[in-house]
Amino acid sequence: MTSASQTRTPADGAQAPPAGLRPGGRASSRRAETRRKWYEIIGLTTPALVVYVMFVLVPMGFAFYYSLYRWRGVGPPTEFVGLRNYVLAFQDPIFLDALRNNAIIVFGSLLIQGPVALGIALLLNRGFRGRSAFRLLAFVPYVLAEVTVGIMWKLILTENGTLDALLQSIGLGGLVQAWLADLDVVIWTLLFVLTWKYVGFAIILLLAGLSNVPQELNEAAAIDGASWWQIQRHVTLPLLGPTIRIWMFLSMIGSLQVFDMVWVTSVPAVRSLGASATMATYMVDNGFFARLWGYGNAVAVILFGISFVAALLFQRFLLRRDIEGAITRKGK
Amino acid sequence: MAVNTVPAGPAGRRPVRWGTPLTYALALAVAAVSIAPVVYVVVGGFRTTPQIVADPAGLPDPWVWENYSRVLTQSDFWRQAFNSAVIALGTTLGVVVLGMAAAFVLARYTFRGRETLYTFFTLGLLFPAGAAILPLYLMLRDLSLINSYYAVILPQVAFSLPLTIVILRPFLTAIPRELEDAAAIDGAGRLGFLWRIVLPLSRPAVVTVGILAFVASWNAFLLPLLVLGDVSLHTLPLGVQNFSSQYTTDTAGVLAFTSLAMLPALLFFTLAEKQIVGGLQGAVKG
Repeated sequence: MTSASQTRTPADGAQAPPAGLRPGGRASSRRAETRRKWYEIIGLTTPALVVYVMFVLVPMGFAFYYSLYRWRGVGPPTEFVGLRNYVLAFQDPIFLDALRNNAIIVFGSLLIQGPVALGIALLLNRGFRGRSAFRLLAFVPYVLAEVTVGIMWKLILTENGTLDALLQSIGLGGLVQAWLADLDVVIWTLLFVLTWKYVGFAIILLLAGLSNVPQELNEAAAIDGASWWQIQRHVTLPLLGPTIRIWMFLSMIGSLQVFDMVWVTSVPAVRSLGASATMATYMVDNGFFARLWGYGNAVAVILFGISFVAALLFQRFLLRRDIEGAITRKGK
Repeated sequence: MAVNTVPAGPAGRRPVRWGTPLTYALALAVAAVSIAPVVYVVVGGFRTTPQIVADPAGLPDPWVWENYSRVLTQSDFWRQAFNSAVIALGTTLGVVVLGMAAAFVLARYTFRGRETLYTFFTLGLLFPAGAAILPLYLMLRDLSLINSYYAVILPQVAFSLPLTIVILRPFLTAIPRELEDAAAIDGAGRLGFLWRIVLPLSRPAVVTVGILAFVASWNAFLLPLLVLGDVSLHTLPLGVQNFSSQYTTDTAGVLAFTSLAMLPALLFFTLAEKQIVGGLQGAVKG
């Protein structure tokens, strides 16, 4: 029984006749109470449950079903091909390029954004006048839509555009590239733009983690003669572990899904050659625009499977201890 | 209130002092890298395309307002902003109402299967919207929802629910039992308790999840791209992309349109920075 109904019982009991006279009265009112509780539970959770199941879980189930067919999206799927779509995907060099590009984005983001964001977060965590204004500015790229950021950088990086002119004016004209069209360069350009946009996200999380480090520890270390660097290295960083691991997790899942930025910055030709394709753009290009619905859904299942396995492995080996206290606040 | 989604930094408790010159130099460098491209786009909108072609990295000479006024009067900017606003507000409302109702049950009712239900919702954190986009499109097509606001709102609500419930539930659990008892003694049922006490008390958490849902919806691209074929329903991110690919030679116009599309997000962020940052922080650490 819930304690809420327990607390109501004394009040009911005060007015109720002695139990001996009406033995059925209390039992039936308790039954009514229980029934009403269940009505409330069902009434309040059903809308969320229906929307969640229908638009999150059911589509993934259908994706697996469609992926077993060759299907152009008209009428019900009839041409069962088993796992052939999956085999085809892993035999397509463009899809393998997309996998490689996703791997570059996942590891590139972790290796570049992590240290950069940590440095900036430690800097912005020092108490100095004007700090909040600097924080606000550092978060700007993260708040803008990925599409807007993509178009913005496309305008800057276009051939004979702003960046090229800037490089030439400071005598570095030799570095000028076809930033978004050169097949060997484009993925690194994309990694740079994604880094520019998402470093702010890492900074936000790390600053949150830093605000949790007790000031007293730093002061104690300082009294013992530790320098600012030693304090960061031996006191702050170990305590930031959980925050860093959660950021790594979110960054990894996000990097596997990258779509908007690639879609708007690189031209379809570069994408279709695999130079800038990601799993998500490959899926939409083939499934939606080329109307290979069965095949596209197979790619969707692969994308989901990779994210799912990555998430589980990460949780199993790195996030195990953090998730309880960190995400659900149960630890507090 | 014992629960607070915006943690006070250590600086809040001690007198703020000036930093060293090196601190300011580094902070300025970070700020410059963050906003230089944005400033470039906004300022570029005040130039003419011939000016930009002649000197891509120069300043406006003279400054022209024509690009901005043209975008604001002749393009679809206002209609797209309106569509974005309707969809983002609808998503926010749906997330808050459905998420609050479910989180309230998961936090304040004791019943068999409660933890299972909670785990079932949190499972959704592992289902990224991007991976489900193709079957989602097919389902919306079968439901004849394509080319309607609902085609964007419903899936966005669904994919925001897990995080919303994860953020709201501990907040609602932390509301003292005594308040619920007091409400019961005053004759309020649990629904009265929800309406009269829980809702007003949990405003910070509700604002947080609402803002997170609003921003995610406002910036969304992939889902609207697939389900809103009808140009009159296009949102701002779709508009930015269309405008830039339609008028490739009108660089100044594209710069102006992009700047104007950034403006609402920047304004909104400046006004609600505490809640957005606090929300992201609350989402990962609590």
